[in-house]
Amino acid sequence: MRTLIFRTTAPYLASLMVLFSIFVLLRGHNEPGGGFIGGLIAASAFAIYGIACGVSPVRRALYFHPTAISGFGLLVSACSGLLSLFEGVPFLTGIWTEINVGVPVDISTVIAFDIGVYLVVVGSITSIALALEEREHA
Amino acid sequence: MEPILALTVAIFFSVSIYLMLSKHIIRILLGVSIFGNAVNLTIFTSGRVVREIPPIIPLDLSVPDGITANPLPQALILTAIVISFSFFAFLLVLAFRTYQELGTDDTDGMRVAEPKGEELPPLGY
Amino acid sequence: MAVPGTEAVDLSGAMVLAATPSADWLVVAPVAIPIVFGAVLLMFRHETRIQASVAIIGLIATLACNLLLLLRIMDQGPVVMTMGRWLPPFGISFTADVLGASLALVASLVALVCAFYSTADIGTIGRRYGFYPFLMLMMAGVGGSFLTGDLFNLYVWFEVFLISSFGLLILGSEHRQLDGATKYAILNLIGTTFFLTATALLYGAFGTLNMADIARKADSVREVAPLTTLAMFFLLAFGMKAAAFPVNFWLPASYHTPRIVTAALFGGVLTKVGVYALLRVLVMLLPPERALLSGVIGWVAAATMILGVMGALAQTDIRRALGFVVISSVGIMLAGLALGNGEGLAGTIFYAFHSMIVMAALYLLAGIMNGLGGSYSLRTLSGLYANHPLIAAFALILILASAGLPPASGLWPKVMLVRASLDAGQGWLALAVLATGFFTTLALGRVFILAVWRQRDEAVTAERYSPLLGYVTLGILAVPVLFMGLYPQPVINIAEQAAGGILDASTYIGTVFPEGAQP
Repeated sequence: MRTLIFRTTAPYLASLMVLFSIFVLLRGHNEPGGGFIGGLIAASAFAIYGIACGVSPVRRALYFHPTAISGFGLLVSACSGLLSLFEGVPFLTGIWTEINVGVPVDISTVIAFDIGVYLVVVGSITSIALALEEREHA
Repeated sequence: MEPILALTVAIFFSVSIYLMLSKHIIRILLGVSIFGNAVNLTIFTSGRVVREIPPIIPLDLSVPDGITANPLPQALILTAIVISFSFFAFLLVLAFRTYQELGTDDTDGMRVAEPKGEELPPLGY
Repeated sequence: MAVPGTEAVDLSGAMVLAATPSADWLVVAPVAIPIVFGAVLLMFRHETRIQASVAIIGLIATLACNLLLLLRIMDQGPVVMTMGRWLPPFGISFTADVLGASLALVASLVALVCAFYSTADIGTIGRRYGFYPFLMLMMAGVGGSFLTGDLFNLYVWFEVFLISSFGLLILGSEHRQLDGATKYAILNLIGTTFFLTATALLYGAFGTLNMADIARKADSVREVAPLTTLAMFFLLAFGMKAAAFPVNFWLPASYHTPRIVTAALFGGVLTKVGVYALLRVLVMLLPPERALLSGVIGWVAAATMILGVMGALAQTDIRRALGFVVISSVGIMLAGLALGNGEGLAGTIFYAFHSMIVMAALYLLAGIMNGLGGSYSLRTLSGLYANHPLIAAFALILILASAGLPPASGLWPKVMLVRASLDAGQGWLALAVLATGFFTTLALGRVFILAVWRQRDEAVTAERYSPLLGYVTLGILAVPVLFMGLYPQPVINIAEQAAGGILDASTYIGTVFPEGAQP
């Protein structure tokens, strides 16, 4: 598997996939896509990088432990639901606001929830994939 | 459309049950994964199949204009796919590790937790 | 969705417009708190020193919310909150009635006590592997199962606590744990997939998954859909989760393999979620089908309790014997389900409270016995009474409770079940419950005689084990055991109210759909 060609292209491929996964995540707001599928794409990017270059470079590149990433995602998702406590509406109600960064952008708890899902999926699937790869090469 | 789907579901169920009756963990896992897909297809069929009419309410109405496709089964199936996918991934790791540690994927040979011929409790004291 | 206000479609007709009182958040809190704490603990998995205290704080908060929720429900009736403001049945409703809230309260109590015990039992490595995050997420799943009012959501919570329980089960990665976990994981996954199949078919018949909506529509759907088949499917699926007789073999294969505190949690809490789901679906949603299946359920119950306790009689390892005692207690709970009258169901619910606490306490007791006597085997364990009289006292209380003898908590639910089965003319079921009590006395009495009373010449090998924490945790659990045994009336009231709430679902339905109008 670790041919020169694969090892050379894998980092570019992986970074492209991570970029695409973020695109899919944000696109999921109005069109097909979303946190889960984006997270899967990102996790497969890390898996490919792991197959090509070994597991420890992936762990170094991620910096945080994959399960810590999924924990953070879970926290983000849960908190985006809990925000509605302060608005007097039921749990997980979407709350919208508009900020202006040159152009007006709508942000909402819905997208925060989706980002949380993305991180949960990235973290958990990457940790499973890395665990499998580690055992294969061990 | 429903009879064809029902037939497909039946084939999926029988394949999965056949695989799950095997002694080998990997076949059981494949069976479980097909089982999950059979159920997803069941949910899809239960939601009634309507083709090519997306459930979108026209701008000037407040209810859909006639019969539309049911969006709920897709949400349910997506959830079920996510869950069965993560379980399958986890079980694959677990089974692989069990195979490495115990040296077998034959369920008959996996008797570490419940060894054969254990001594009986003392009958008197 | 674009900017609110520019929409042409008016969504207000599909949404809950009344402001949500903050007190309604009590329905979500027993799930949200463990999730938030579990997420934080997952992020800081390597800070092993603070893990336990953070988890205990989270569990205390969960327990407090469950208590407040139960008090509110007893006072004002069921509480409902529908996610995302969408009107039920389109939004997912969390609906807490007395049954769900009281079981959630007892489960969180057991979890809290187990977390106390775990501070000594789970070392740095177990904490690094994520014992506490998994514990919190499992409790989130258990709480969600008890409080949700949506059948598909119930499935999701089942899976949440299932996957966390996998994590807890393989914490040490020993060979026997991997062996047990593989069987546990595969068979439980098949069980929940059966549940999903049943849910799919039910959705096909009803077109809704909201429990209140199902209960409301059941009479009109009954003519056109094979609901008895569905009920049988649910019986199989939840019976598998509850470890009822023909589909219980995953339990004795796995429950003795993990750390003892994990076994205590599982034995105390997890099977009861299956029993709860059976009560909810068969009694509240499909009562005529339950009546039709009551013969089957009765035989399953009798076989589960008798064969379970027979298994316990044949075991040398205390933990394996306790696994079989868990099975036989499930059989006793199913007896009330088979009867289906108010007193029988109240007996089942009371027995569920009792069994959660007592089974967890018995596993913890086994852990302490192992710490003091150096073994789980009845062949080597001996002479605990001479050196540790306190452990003998706890063992006696718990064994009396489990066997259903006074003065402990097992007596009253069994009295209720026996009386209910005699009233219903099902004397054989009463006989099975009594015979199970007798055999449980034998099985656990033997543990007491051999491990506690039997004298050995050689000294007991107690090496640097302090049972103090164990005594404290058992002491906490012994309080409700003795209370329920000596002064059962408040608990009987709760159990009867819970049984009344599922036998007559009109209050439950009225809470979810206030006007009684079609959505």
